[in-house]
This record gives sequence, C-alpha cells and structure tokens, in this order.
Amino acid sequence: MGKGWCLFFLFWPIAAVVSCAMAPWIGWSFPYDNAQAASNLGIRIDGLFYLILVITAIVFVGTQAAIVYALWRGANNREERADCVHGNHKLELVWSIIPGIILLFLAIYQMNIWADFRIKKYYPEVAVKDPIAEVTARQFEWRFRYPAIGKKLQQKPQPDDLHSVNELHVPFGKPVMIQLRSDDVQHSFFLPALRIKQDALPGLQIPVWFEANKPGTYDLVCAELCGWGHYKMKAHVIVQPEDEYQNYLKTLTEQQFYDGLGKIAATENDSESEATEK
Amino acid sequence: MSVLNPSPTGLQPILKPQAHHAPGNFITKYIFSTDHKIIAIQFLFTTLLMMIVGGALALAVRWQLAFPWESMPIVGPWLFAAEGGQISPEFYTMLFTMHATVMIFLVIIPILAGTFGNFLIPLMIGADDMAFPKLNMLSYWFMWPAIACFGLSFTFAGGPAAGWTSYPILADLAQAAPGSGTAQTFWLLGVTFVGFSSMMGSINYMTTIINMRAPGMTFFRMPMTIWGLFITAILQAFALPVLTAGGFMQVTDRLLGTCFFYPSGLVINNAAPTVGGGQALLWQHLFWFYSHPAVYIMLLPVMGMVSDMLSCMCRKPLFGYKPMVISMSAIASLGFIVWGHHMYTSGMNPAVGMAFMVATMMIALPSAVKTFNWTATIWGGKVQFNTVTLNCIGFLSMFIVGGLSGIFMAAVPVDVYFHDTYFIVAHFHYVLFGATLFGVFAAIQFWFPKMFGRMMNEKLGKTHFVLTFIGANGTFFPMHFLGMQGMPRRYADPYLHGYLEHLLPMNQFMTISAIVMGAAQILLFINIFYSMFWGPKAGRNPWNATTLEWTAPSPPPHGNFDVLPVVFHGPNEYAVQNGDHDFLMQTEQECEPPKPAETDENNDTDNEQETSR
Ligand code: HEM
Ligand SMILES: [Cu+2]
Ligand SMILES: [Cu+2]
Repeated sequence: MGKGWCLFFLFWPIAAVVSCAMAPWIGWSFPYDNAQAASNLGIRIDGLFYLILVITAIVFVGTQAAIVYALWRGANNREERADCVHGNHKLELVWSIIPGIILLFLAIYQMNIWADFRIKKYYPEVAVKDPIAEVTARQFEWRFRYPAIGKKLQQKPQPDDLHSVNELHVPFGKPVMIQLRSDDVQHSFFLPALRIKQDALPGLQIPVWFEANKPGTYDLVCAELCGWGHYKMKAHVIVQPEDEYQNYLKTLTEQQFYDGLGKIAATENDSESEATEK
Repeated sequence: MSVLNPSPTGLQPILKPQAHHAPGNFITKYIFSTDHKIIAIQFLFTTLLMMIVGGALALAVRWQLAFPWESMPIVGPWLFAAEGGQISPEFYTMLFTMHATVMIFLVIIPILAGTFGNFLIPLMIGADDMAFPKLNMLSYWFMWPAIACFGLSFTFAGGPAAGWTSYPILADLAQAAPGSGTAQTFWLLGVTFVGFSSMMGSINYMTTIINMRAPGMTFFRMPMTIWGLFITAILQAFALPVLTAGGFMQVTDRLLGTCFFYPSGLVINNAAPTVGGGQALLWQHLFWFYSHPAVYIMLLPVMGMVSDMLSCMCRKPLFGYKPMVISMSAIASLGFIVWGHHMYTSGMNPAVGMAFMVATMMIALPSAVKTFNWTATIWGGKVQFNTVTLNCIGFLSMFIVGGLSGIFMAAVPVDVYFHDTYFIVAHFHYVLFGATLFGVFAAIQFWFPKMFGRMMNEKLGKTHFVLTFIGANGTFFPMHFLGMQGMPRRYADPYLHGYLEHLLPMNQFMTISAIVMGAAQILLFINIFYSMFWGPKAGRNPWNATTLEWTAPSPPPHGNFDVLPVVFHGPNEYAVQNGDHDFLMQTEQECEPPKPAETDENNDTDNEQETSR
C-alpha cells in the first residue's frame, strides 16, 4: 500500500507543474496582451518574477521528488530497523550555504529595480519636475486633478485646475508622475497592466511615477480594503499619444469652463499660482 | 501493539510525592479544572467548535465568489429576507473579516498553544502539572469573553468589517463604514481577551519548561515539540504586548477621540472629524510587529510536533536535532525584524523596505533547512503509512509551496504586484491551512490515545486525509493564478472589472473543492467522537515512541506519572538495537550501541560522537 501513497503524493506536484507551465498559454498568467507588462519597469519586474519562478520551480520539483523517493524507499525497507543516522554536518552545511547564496543573490539583484521604482533619487527627472495630476482616492471612487494647460500642479487646488472622476489620461511613451492621496480611509492605487501599486494613506501625499509603453485603456482598481464598496472602485487609465492627450485636456477645459455663451471663462490668478510653485 | 514496561531504567523507582489532591466533584474535575490535561481537552473541543464556525464563514465567502449575488443556500433566505436572500457587500466584508478572525484567534493559535501546549508540555518534560495551574485554568476561561465579544459584534450594524488586520481609518472611526461602529469596538475587545488568554498561557509554558523538567531532561534532550512550544511562548510574550497596546490605542481613538491613528484633514461621509494629528501608518507597524511573529506562533509548534511524529513513524532519529533547534530559534529571532514586509506598498521609507527585504530573504533559509532535514529524516527510514505519517507528509508538501511562494513576495518589486491580491491568500492558506492544519490533524491522531486512552480509526482517518488534501490543493492552488491575473482580495464582485471577468469558472472550481474539503471535516468529527467512546483501547505506548508521555498510563491520571521519570538521553532514539525493540525510551538507561557506519556511508565517526548526546 505504501507505494500507492507515493503515487498519490507524486500526483499533486505533477499537476502543479503542468498547470503552471500551461498558465501563459491559456491566459492564467499576468493580465493583458501576452502577459506582457505595459511599462518598461513592469517588464523588468516580470523578468525578476520569471527568474524566481525558475529557481523555485527547480526547488519545488526537487524537494517533492526527494520526499516521494524517500517514501518509496521507506515503503520498500525490509530491514529489521531503519538507518541509524543522527545527522551529517557536511550535508547540512551544503544545503544551508547554497540556498543562502541564492537568496542573498536574489535580494541584491533586485535592489536596482526597487530603487528605480520607489527611491526618489532615482525617479526620472522629467516626471518629477512636472507631476501630471493629483490622484485622490475616496470611498468609492478615484478623483483626478490636472493643472490648467501650460501650468504646473500646485499643492493646493487652484480655481483653474481640471477635474475628472474615474478616468485618468496620461501621455504615452514618457515617464509621468502623480501625487497620490486619500480623503478618507486607506486605499491602494493598483494598475495591474503596469505592475504598479501604491497605497494611498490618509494624511500623506505619495509621489508615484510610471511610464506606459503601449497606448491603451487599462483598469485601475483599489487594492486595499476600504469599506463595503471596495470592489466598486472602478476606474480606467487611458494611455494615449501626446497630441491626443493635449486634446483631451482642451476638451476637459472647455467642458469645465464653458459659460454657456461659447466662450471659455477667464482663468484668474495666474500670478498667484506662479508664486506658490515649489 | 506492545505495552511497555513503564520503568525499565534499572534504577530504584523514585516514588512520586503526591503534588495535589485529585479533585473530587464533577465541576472541579471537568469544568473548572486546574488539571492541564482537562484544560487541553477543553481547548480542543472549543477550537473544534470554532473551526466549524470559521469553516462555515469561509464557505459563505466562497459561495459569493462562485455565484455572485445569488441567494446563499439554506441560510440565505432566512438571513437576508429583506434583500431577497442576496448577500450584501457589507455582509460579505463581515464574512471574510470574521472568517479570518475566528480561524486565527479562535482556532489555530488556541489549538496549538492551548490544546497541544497544555497537554504535552508537562507530560513531555516529566512534570506533574503546569507551574501555575490556576492561571492555566484562567487562560482557558478567558477564551469565552473573547468568543462572547466576537459573537456580540455580529449583532451590531454591519458586523466588524475592517478585515482581520483592522487598518485605520476604516477601523478607527465609526463613521468610516457600516461595520466600523460598535461592532468594531467589540471586535477589538475580543482580540484583547484572546491576548490575555495567550499571555497567561505563554507565561505558564515558559516557567514550566524552564523550572519543572524531570531529572536528566537537559535543554538539548527536550523533544522538538517542546522546543517549538517553548520558542512560541517566548515569541508570544514579547510580541503580544505590542498588539495589546496598539489595540488599546485604537479603542481610545474610538471612544475618547485620542487620534493616535487618524491624521488631520480627512473628509469622511462628507464630514470632517474635528481633530487629527495622528498617523495611520503607525498602526501597521504596531499590528505587524505582533502579527508577523504570530504567523510563526501558528507554525513553530507544528514544526516541532511534525519533527517528533515523522521521526517516530519512520523509526529513525531526527536528522540534525541541533540544527533543527537552531533553525527554529533563527526563525523566531528573524521573525521579529521582518514585519515590514507586510508594508512594502504602504508608503513607508523605501530604503527601509530594502532592509526588510534582505531580512525576509534570510528567514527563508532556516525554513529551507528544516524542510531538507525532514526529508532526510524520512530517507532510509522504515515508513509506516498510517494517518499520522500521511498528514505529516501533507504538512511537508504544502509547507514547501507556502514557503516558496513567500520568496516571490519577499522580493519587493514582485510583491508590489502581488500584495493584496489572491496570491497572498494562496500563500497564507498553504502555510496556515496546508501546513498548520495537516500538522494538527496528525497530532490529534498521534496523541489521541494518550488523551482518551483509545485509538482513532485508521480508515476514517485516511479517507479524511485524502479528501482534505485534494480539496485543499484544489481550493488554494488556483489562487496563485487568480493573483497572477491581478485579482485583488476582499472583492465581493471581481467580475465587475473587465480584466477579471473571465475568472468566474476558476472560482467555481475552487468553491467546489472547498465544499469537498469542508465536507471531509465531518469525517474528522465522526472519527473523534466515535473513537473517544468506542475506539480500541490503547496501551501506554501504542506507537512505540520514545518520549516521556508514553511512560504514563493512557490517559494519565491526575498528577501524570506513577514514578518520577528520569531522563538519560535525547528524544528520538529510534533505529537502535534494544532487545526486540528498535527504539530506546528516554527513561531507559542502557542499550547496545547502534552499530555505526554499517547502514550509512555518510555517517562519519566524529559526527557520531557529536550527536549521540
Ligand atoms: C475551509 C477552509 C478555508 C477556506 C475555503 C478559506 C477561504 C478563504 C477565502 C476565500 C478567503 C479570502 C477572502 C477575501 O480576501 O476576499 C480567506 C481569507 C483568509 N483566511 Fe481562509 N479559508 C479556509 C481556511 C482557513 C484557515 C484554516 C485559516 C487559518 C488561519 C484561514 C485564514 C485566513 C485569513 C487570515 C484570511 C485573510 C482574510 C482577510 O482578507 O483579511 N483560512 N479564506
Ligand atoms: Cu479604495
Ligand atoms: Cu478598496
């Protein structure tokens, strides 16, 4: 009967490996086109993921096979008693040092990606100079505030700011930065296609940068429990070429400041906004 | 099954001084008992009962994910008559919050520390009871106010709905959501009571293990089970006060407006709280400073028990006893400095994130070492394929998956994608359900004869194992794929979002697996209750095991041992020649030395000396 159990324990790792190997082909992998990230940083993150996947897959198969084989031998053991082994220092040193090196390598290897992602010193300069919008999460929607065309985003809302809800437009092919904040509880800005996630903490303003490398419409969801409507925070990020993006801002301006007479309402206090600039 | 002579030591048996009088009436004997064995059994039944509650809540969560907004079978029309039997999103949030709360605070932690800690510590170290029997009794009875608080919190609007992590502001301000009102205050109180209970337990365990070991039971002759429970008790004692303090701050925030956790300038439900000045991130540090060690509190005792059970069932000494102890201590100490990996996306200083990442990578190492050691313990053994072994292998097999998925999440850039998706849910279910519960099932089967004097049924046990193992993998493995596809956790209706629409069939498959797994637990309950009364009688040492508890009668009387046990060597002396036995009990003095180097080439002589303790 022991051998039957060995087969039972063998079945499950095989099923796991087969389903993982199939995952990219049957759409069980990362979202969107061919499971490819829509940002260059995202592609590097995916690369790191696949590297870890290869390493862990080898360890997974190795350890599961070793267990099943050890069981198999144990089931066949007709000796009077088992082997009397208390341990083996050399073996234990080997299997501590090798994984130790691999883990340390992984830790150091990814530091670059993390630094480029989150450490302010490494943010792309163009993005930092000119944050594109302020993103405010609130129960249960996303609000966006862009500066008026030709101006810079200010800390405090300005009368000529442009506003939209649940639809963020960003230009294509260049790094952009947003200022993330929350009005009420904690939320999380999650752009699966770009592999971007950042919690929005009440009381903090967190700069987030990303660069989309493919135009398209991407889902923006909330990844931190923020109340009963958590699942409903549904928004889109629309990545488009620079000129379409500028057009969008123009239409937004028109919609917002249309005074009913076909003219765009004058935008006041230019000088003031100049003064409060960072 | 051989019954072992209890005193084969050749020494003059030392008659045991009768420590306390056996209690007389029913109440003092079975209800307000100070006997650690009775308290253990009380904990066992309470936690099993809570497991049913937690399981039902989990199935309700799964129901919604497989058949969104459809009336729950049986209870739906009765619970939500107003909504036509539909689950509301508020109710859904309450469901997973309470599922996690019950499973963690009322099932896993108390079944490990409360049941097995209580039952095994005095028996395995050769003491006649805990150091503080009354405190011990109190630690069980503090479970009930906790259960009452959690139970009461259901009755207030919404029920607690801020997740088991209770992140502010959602959990800190009553206006934040329907479930953030009084229900949340009661939830916090419940956690505090559970905390008191664990604290009393851990003080007791530490004192007992340090002071009450039988003669000859040095630290390095303690069974791995005791090491696991000992290190867990230390973790509890140092980490828990932080959570209690944090919880207390949340309660004062809620009731007195102290605003430790809420900053100025919030607008909640179109109204601004009048004061502010706090910091939401502070809670995350306090919470995870406890709750990260807590995940080891939920694992280390199982690691210890599995080490002992595997060695017994393979009739081999544990491979690398000292390295196992050292790796356990390493896990515990590293466990204190890696809490930040739960907060990679929280906006704390990214440089700190880097430091946490290196530490987290390193904590994978002792876990890996343990896995290799267990495999080596099986290697060359005479494996007995019974329920205990099967569950131990189930533990091992699932622990490997949970451990490996941890490496993805330790890698900060990758974790940024996976954080708060179903990948996390997969990970912790592999560890908590997969590893911990299989270890617990094995331990129940293994120590049942000592607890109740009868054996459990093997056929039922094996069927239960097979169904649970298949069900668990079918439920939890696909969660990795959900996570990869970016499905966030705690979503009542993921299909609302375009990129998740196609996930319904996968979720339905998982729900069916979960139902199979849930149904399988009925077999466990039948097995326990049937065997308690009608199982075949067990002798003192039905498994031919070596540790002290097997020298006592089954079940042990009040005061445990007939003679004070004296210990002569380490805990896992199997594969020796001892008359017609292949094992040497810790109380046995002499045996023919095992013939070295005959059966194993790796076993060089200096190593033999080193380990023969
Ligand atoms: C019958 C077995 C189980 C099933 C079907 C199950 C199912 C689930 C599901 C579907 C969730 C996700 C809820 C969500 O985030 O939307 C969840 C969360 C969770 N489960 Fe389980 N579970 C089971 C057993 C356990 C056990 C034994 C534990 C032990 C500790 C556990 C601990 C947790 C925790 C900590 C969470 C996180 C809840 C949160 O999001 O705050 N579960 N479970
Ligand atoms: Cu949100
Ligand atoms: Cu949310």
